[in-house]
Amino acid sequence: MAKKNLETEYIIYLNGKMVGTHPNGEELVKNIIQKRRNGEINHEVNVEYHKKLREIYINSDGGRSRRPLIIVENGKSKLTPEIKSKIKNNEIEWKDLVRNGIIEYLDPGEEDTMAYIAIKEEDITPEHTHVEMDPVGILSVVTSQLPMQEYNSSPRTTMACSMTKQALGLFSSNYNLRYDTKSFVMFYPQTPIVYTRPQKVLGAEKRIGGNNLVVAIMSYRSFNMEDGIVINKSSVDRGLLRVEMFKTYSTEERRYPGGQKDKFEIPAPTVNGYREETAYKYLDEDGLILPGVEVKGREVLVGKTSPPRFLEEVSAFGIAEEKKRESSVTLKAEEKGIVDSVMLTQSPSGNKLVKIRIRETKIPENGDKVASRHGQKGVIGLLVPQESMPFTKQGIVPDLLINPHAIPSRMTVGHLLETIVGKAGAISGKRMDGTPFGGVKEDEAKEILKQYGFESNGYETLYDGVTGEKIEAEIFVGVIYYQRLQHLVSNKIHARSRGPVQLLTHQPTEGRSREGGLRFGEMERDCIIGYGATMLLKERLMDESDRTVQIVCNDCGSLAYYDYLKNKPVCPICDSSNFSQIEMSYAFKLLLDEIKSLGIFPRLITSNKTEE
Amino acid sequence: MVTKINKGKNELMVTPGEGVGIMTAHSLGEPGTQMTMRTFHLPGVVEMVPTGLPRLIEIVDAKKKPKKPIVTVYLKERYKDKKKVEEIAMKIDEVLLENVARFSEDFKKKQVMITIDKKALEERNLGLVEIKKKIMGELESGIKMKHQRERVLLIAKDLQLRMLRKLTNKLKALHVAGVKDITKPVVTQDENGEWLIIAGGSNLTDLFKIPEVDPKKSTTNDIMEIYKLFGIEAARNSILEEIHTTMKIQGADVDIRHICLLADGMTADGEIVSVGRHGLSGKKPSVLARAAFEETVKHLVNSAIHGEEDKLNGVTENILIGQPVPLGTGLVKLTMKPQK
Repeated sequence: MAKKNLETEYIIYLNGKMVGTHPNGEELVKNIIQKRRNGEINHEVNVEYHKKLREIYINSDGGRSRRPLIIVENGKSKLTPEIKSKIKNNEIEWKDLVRNGIIEYLDPGEEDTMAYIAIKEEDITPEHTHVEMDPVGILSVVTSQLPMQEYNSSPRTTMACSMTKQALGLFSSNYNLRYDTKSFVMFYPQTPIVYTRPQKVLGAEKRIGGNNLVVAIMSYRSFNMEDGIVINKSSVDRGLLRVEMFKTYSTEERRYPGGQKDKFEIPAPTVNGYREETAYKYLDEDGLILPGVEVKGREVLVGKTSPPRFLEEVSAFGIAEEKKRESSVTLKAEEKGIVDSVMLTQSPSGNKLVKIRIRETKIPENGDKVASRHGQKGVIGLLVPQESMPFTKQGIVPDLLINPHAIPSRMTVGHLLETIVGKAGAISGKRMDGTPFGGVKEDEAKEILKQYGFESNGYETLYDGVTGEKIEAEIFVGVIYYQRLQHLVSNKIHARSRGPVQLLTHQPTEGRSREGGLRFGEMERDCIIGYGATMLLKERLMDESDRTVQIVCNDCGSLAYYDYLKNKPVCPICDSSNFSQIEMSYAFKLLLDEIKSLGIFPRLITSNKTEE
Repeated sequence: MVTKINKGKNELMVTPGEGVGIMTAHSLGEPGTQMTMRTFHLPGVVEMVPTGLPRLIEIVDAKKKPKKPIVTVYLKERYKDKKKVEEIAMKIDEVLLENVARFSEDFKKKQVMITIDKKALEERNLGLVEIKKKIMGELESGIKMKHQRERVLLIAKDLQLRMLRKLTNKLKALHVAGVKDITKPVVTQDENGEWLIIAGGSNLTDLFKIPEVDPKKSTTNDIMEIYKLFGIEAARNSILEEIHTTMKIQGADVDIRHICLLADGMTADGEIVSVGRHGLSGKKPSVLARAAFEETVKHLVNSAIHGEEDKLNGVTENILIGQPVPLGTGLVKLTMKPQK
């Protein structure tokens, strides 16, 4: 093979592997693209052209997310008015557009290295190679579902994106047949009045999560400061943002080496770890709970017995006695609900498998999180009965009150715009297009409001629901789509006064599920030391944590133990009869033990504090 | 009046049992966290000197050499004319041979050609002959030197190539004039209108040999050098001053007594000790406190070998074993003797 000059040759990679070189890269790339547009090469082939590196990547493999764009040649869109009318008359379809080189799919590589994409048709210059089919095309799947994002500051859009993913709604239409570990279904989900066109394309309107609420931007007796939210209790009672939580517990009859296996049953009183008779009262004969039963924390869902952990010794009677172990499945301590359904089936390994779905209604309450589609999140701070809420002259009562301070510093103009457009839509009974870079203009919405006799700027005169007085300031009221987010207080609330401790350190356990304490950390410790509140520090770190009293030998300084048979303390090293009772943290006792295991003998030198 | 003064004095005093150490740590640590987020660099002045957190870390870690040593040179006489000061500044500026000459090596002939820049010499008031003498003094035996006006040719037939390069590098760094290590002097005025020279590098020992320099007022930011030259008390003051100014520049107004305590701690042993594993924290008297900090096993094993006893006077060790800390309310000891 002739020696090629790699300084001038272009290196060609096909699906990531180098396959050869070419003397004129630009021509090659142009040819490939031309042939693809002519239909000679499959439309799934994309090229990447790195001029400076003299590298060409040709990709035809899977895993590239490609998107369609209209081809532009010589400053003119290939989607001519002629073709547009043909599409309208259903003469040609999508396939033809791709086949005839009007639309092509680009992968990220080709988009980055080859394409210069105009956002709108008016923007096209001779340098452009493509034009977006719609300006929303520059947005992601999630962002394009949020209305009026072009009016928001970018951080808020980012937050709005991550929050819509946490919205509770109708996640699936077959939720009744599903056994997800945890899922939520909204009682009365609504499609947003202000929609975006991509929502329809993506099918997002069938998987909605939220309600259109009447929102007033005003303070309400300080209960909505710092992103608090005041919500109409009567609306909540009518089912606003109400959600059902489903949780699935599952267990199977596992097989163990030696032919033994678990068994679903109501355990016999002889079983190791038997609870009490009442603990199994909800169970049917087969050991499974009945659907429709109301259960509380720690109650048994499935009665199960397992073979002993260690092989039984041969008992005095000759044959090993069948001593079984209780291993029932219980509801988690902090949960409650109603048994929704019980499914008995088979696991992949052929064992008996049971799945139990618990349901619980989650009504919006103090501490739950709600958010609009503009990164405006808040926590419910107060539920106000309808009669105490402010009202307009027509008697419209808002569902939700947000604080005006939430707006200026965050610059979420889209939120205000959606409120006003949503209001226009609600009044006129039409759904409004809120697609970014398109859709209903502010003036159109204002015109509608005017037509129906409302202030065009969305202002209303409100009257205090408690006193009946007119509120001096005019208040911005409108209809906006609000989502209930997955962070529900009832799944997070936690407190402890006394409770379980860890086996090793005798210190309180950690975490809600273990009924744990809240850590009094190093920095908290530093603060208390700095303040000089020594006794408080001792109380937090010892008396309320892992205090023990140990017997220490005054002669040799080692930890002694109490011999209950002889009824006196014994030093493991010397024959001393001289002991003191020392109060210390169990962690320190543990440290002493560990130091001993290092081969170091720590001695405690005791003295009387009062005689120092 | 006197009572008023006394009252004010009493208010300023530290309460018995106050944890001054932890207060210092809090007071210095809190602005420290702020600094990481907004480390500004001071533009314009001489060169980039580390300020803010990097500088603070440098001081507290007792680094042997600061990243950018800076000397502030005051002059004995109060000159009114800037030119005179600039002359002195020129005098202390270190000149290396490479600053005034061009080098070219010829590896085939094993020669080094040095072309001295006459203009540069004139600017700095240097004589050609002196430089040639200095070059001569650097040469080892076996190297011949020819010179003609501003050209110097070195012929080294026996040298290996690597040694030849070594020779050029050595000659490039040849000290020609000025004070060693002192670079880029800049003449400025202080707030009293007195002329002074700020320069990079730190070499007070040699600077003080120059008659015009006032050894009483000139300083450096190199704490180690101050320690070597003036002793530990001066070093303490220098640490104090340096931390104080860095904090001030950052807009953190920390009470000077906190910094005093830190500087005292760092210098209490008669030498500068860093704060950290190899310094203050590593020298705590309590075994348990050291073991709780870092390198637990090392401290435990060593103390076992030496049979150390922990007097339990500190904070950490008492928390560890669950005893009241001798601080604040825990400092008070009150016993009641029941009447017999």
